[in-house]
Amino acid sequence: MKINDVILQTVAKVVVFIILTLGVYIFLAGHHNPGGGFVGGLVLASALVLLYLSFDIKTVHKGLPFDFKLIAALGAFTVVAAGVGALFFNESFLTQTFLSWTWPIVGKMGVSTVTIFEAGVALAVVGVVITIILSISEDV
Amino acid sequence: MLITIIIPFLAALFVPILHKSIFRKLHIGWFVLFVPLVLFMLLARSIPSVSNGRAFVHAFEWIPAYGVNFTIYLDGMSLLFSLLITGIGALVVLYSIFYLSQRESLSHFYVYLLMFMGAMLGLVFSDNVIALYLFWELTSISSFLLIAFWFYRNQSRYGAQKSLLITVSGGIAMLAGFLMLYTMTGSFSIREIASSIHLHANHELFLPALVLILLGAFSKSVQFPFHIWLPDAMEAPTPVSAYLHSATMVKAGLYLVARFTPIFGVEPVWFWTVSIVGLVTLFWGSFSAIRQTDLKALLAYSTISQLGLIMSLLGIGSAVYALDFQPSSLILTSAAFAAFFHLINHSTFKGALFMVIGIIDHTVGTRDVRRLGGLMAMMPLTFTIALIGSFSMAGLPPFNGFLSKEMFFYAMNQVQAFNLFSISTLSALFPILAWIASILTFVYSMIIVFQTFFGRYKPDEFDRPPEEASFGMLIAPAILSILIVGIFFFPNVINRHILQPILLNVYAPLADAMEFDFHISAWHGFNLELFMTLGVVVFGAIVYKLLRHWMKIYGLFPEKWSFDSLYHFILERGEQAARSLTNTYMTGSLRHYFAYIFLFFIAAVGGILIYTGAFSIATNQDAPITVYEWIIAVIMMIAGIAIIFATSRLTAIILNSVLGFSIAGLFVMFRAPDLALTQLVVESVTTALFLLCFYFLPPFKQEEKPARNFQWTHALISISVGLVFIFIALAVNSNPMFDTIAHFFENADELTGSSNIVNAILGDFRAFDTMLEVVVLFLAGIGVYTLVKLKKGREEQNIEDQ
Repeated sequence: MKINDVILQTVAKVVVFIILTLGVYIFLAGHHNPGGGFVGGLVLASALVLLYLSFDIKTVHKGLPFDFKLIAALGAFTVVAAGVGALFFNESFLTQTFLSWTWPIVGKMGVSTVTIFEAGVALAVVGVVITIILSISEDV
Repeated sequence: MLITIIIPFLAALFVPILHKSIFRKLHIGWFVLFVPLVLFMLLARSIPSVSNGRAFVHAFEWIPAYGVNFTIYLDGMSLLFSLLITGIGALVVLYSIFYLSQRESLSHFYVYLLMFMGAMLGLVFSDNVIALYLFWELTSISSFLLIAFWFYRNQSRYGAQKSLLITVSGGIAMLAGFLMLYTMTGSFSIREIASSIHLHANHELFLPALVLILLGAFSKSVQFPFHIWLPDAMEAPTPVSAYLHSATMVKAGLYLVARFTPIFGVEPVWFWTVSIVGLVTLFWGSFSAIRQTDLKALLAYSTISQLGLIMSLLGIGSAVYALDFQPSSLILTSAAFAAFFHLINHSTFKGALFMVIGIIDHTVGTRDVRRLGGLMAMMPLTFTIALIGSFSMAGLPPFNGFLSKEMFFYAMNQVQAFNLFSISTLSALFPILAWIASILTFVYSMIIVFQTFFGRYKPDEFDRPPEEASFGMLIAPAILSILIVGIFFFPNVINRHILQPILLNVYAPLADAMEFDFHISAWHGFNLELFMTLGVVVFGAIVYKLLRHWMKIYGLFPEKWSFDSLYHFILERGEQAARSLTNTYMTGSLRHYFAYIFLFFIAAVGGILIYTGAFSIATNQDAPITVYEWIIAVIMMIAGIAIIFATSRLTAIILNSVLGFSIAGLFVMFRAPDLALTQLVVESVTTALFLLCFYFLPPFKQEEKPARNFQWTHALISISVGLVFIFIALAVNSNPMFDTIAHFFENADELTGSSNIVNAILGDFRAFDTMLEVVVLFLAGIGVYTLVKLKKGREEQNIEDQ
């Protein structure tokens, strides 16, 4: 039986971008508002899962030719590297630092090394979730 | 000096990268060759200052709270070993370039080899016993990897496993011994232990520590009865056998014994154990060597026997401590001197012999003495090197083995003359056993030369026609054979610069009292030692001529009484017992596994609650429960109970999501948007994952059957788990056992620049937890991936048993 999933596919095409944007927003918002690397990564992963559900693995792989195992490894590496990085500045392992200024109009904004750490978390989450789901579904 | 340990490891990191890029055409060994070569030169530069009695110390803190540090200590003894490691290492790498073709997985080989080199250097440089133990086991592991280099061979895997099991068990015994020393003296430093051990000689742990450390040394240095792993380790590529299993790693036990002689030497047990085990090994090794038909196995047994020789000399040398430095006992220091001299000589001639056997194996495709013969005409250079090596091993002039063999006889005769510890009959056995073993050594040395290079030429037996080996392969053994002859003519160069400082290390208390003024000379006049050597030659020749008649002796020992059979017996029984024990609880049923996990949880967490008396529950400070909270709680209860009665998986999973989403709702009510958000997304992704897994699960009913009838144990477990959780939740809230950490969260913005305290905790305050969680998550993902992929490849698993 061939499943007619035109509606699912059409909706997914639009919704995936909304979810992806939301994921990035949640990731960045995490510094001061609810959100963060873990949730952001999960949202991004769920967008991808939606894509895989509505299209098949081959089609998605054509558009997103990533090896998600490598992405997971990259994430785990980034997290550890963010910790080791502090050692080069004579700080103890995993010390985070930040800078922030008060800007006109937008108010207080800054940069922080936590972002690198959180990016690693997000990458690892996306990579692991997709790796698990893909390897189980490929096992058919 | 730290750099010498680090360089091999660093180079090992670069080997795979270089192998894939620059060295695709060129043999990667040329790059590796630089490492031991440079290190040898670096170390050789410190010979002059060390021979003047200086020692270098560098300490690097590792776990200072427990006194565990990387203390690098370079004195005469570690210098000798490090020169052997790098010197022989350079020759072996050079040899391996021509021995291993480009088709082998060279990057693995050289990474393991460099790993071994670094570990072995670390072993001889470590003054701290914990660091020493670390490097000790690392050499075992790299030896394991190198023996199993041709891992598709059944025999290689068997030999690798055997060596690892025996050496690591010895290593663990040794670690226990080190910890006992720490309990006695409060120090992990060998030098500190040596200086304070005389205060603890009557301690009850002194003897156990001695025995345990000897176990480690004996298993590593293939002493009887742990010698059984070495012949099986010969499955390794020949450069590895020449390097690890004759020149360096198996000498680690000798190093350990020599290092610990100042600590344990005062105890006569040390003298008796070390010297008698050494003598028995010497005899048994040479006795077993003669019956071998595989040349490499022959060399393995000969290595066992030679190591036994050195071990027994070290044992006799330690008697000086046991006799409390009586002036008349000082003559026995010559035994330790002979031990180290023979250690150097053994590395030269055994290295050369291994390389020669490797050449023969490489050229004609066999190393079975029954198939070899008459190769002298085809391979004159190889023959010359083999002749030099074997005659040196047999103890003939003009080769270095003659000098150390004479000194060995001298030391053995001293034991008898000395009548040590007034046991005259036993001490008479020393020279006799030594002499018989030397005859046997002579015989097997002759087997190597005469049965390989003389006799009938049997070209049909060879896989390939014999021809002289390539120039590159001959360089390394040629250098060694030049050393063999060179040391014979100029022994006192080594004597003055390398051996004298070692004696100062072994006999530190004598350093001021006496001068170690040994002079090695080839000619002593017609004394007892010379007549013993002559006897060895005469009797050896007779035994060799009548070898066929003597071989019957080996039939006297039935196969099933050997130590090999004992090893198999223990291994088999151990595996059986472990399997039957494991099978009792690893049933393959998830239900049972959950029961174990929950039972442990109840015991551990509930037990702690009871133990710490945390059961006081105070509700007076809690906020009142609102109507909405009640509603959600009731919904969750209903869903939870309903799951038990669900008849299809889909119902169960939907009810489970009801629980999850209700928790998210509770989080919202308690103003924890972060948690609510995470919970919602996790719930969605999990549901997708569950649906995916359903595809593979058997029908719900079928599996459910045995559990249909109500099971009291399961009910009891689940109710207790729930109760423990409730008690924890209530107890945590009402029983503040620790100081509040709220001020961290109140000042999160100033401390971390982040006003979201949840993320401040995750990314900064408790970043270490998060980091490890990410790593665990990653490992779990890779785990799922490999499990799924491995299952697929199961049908084609049997290809590796060849």
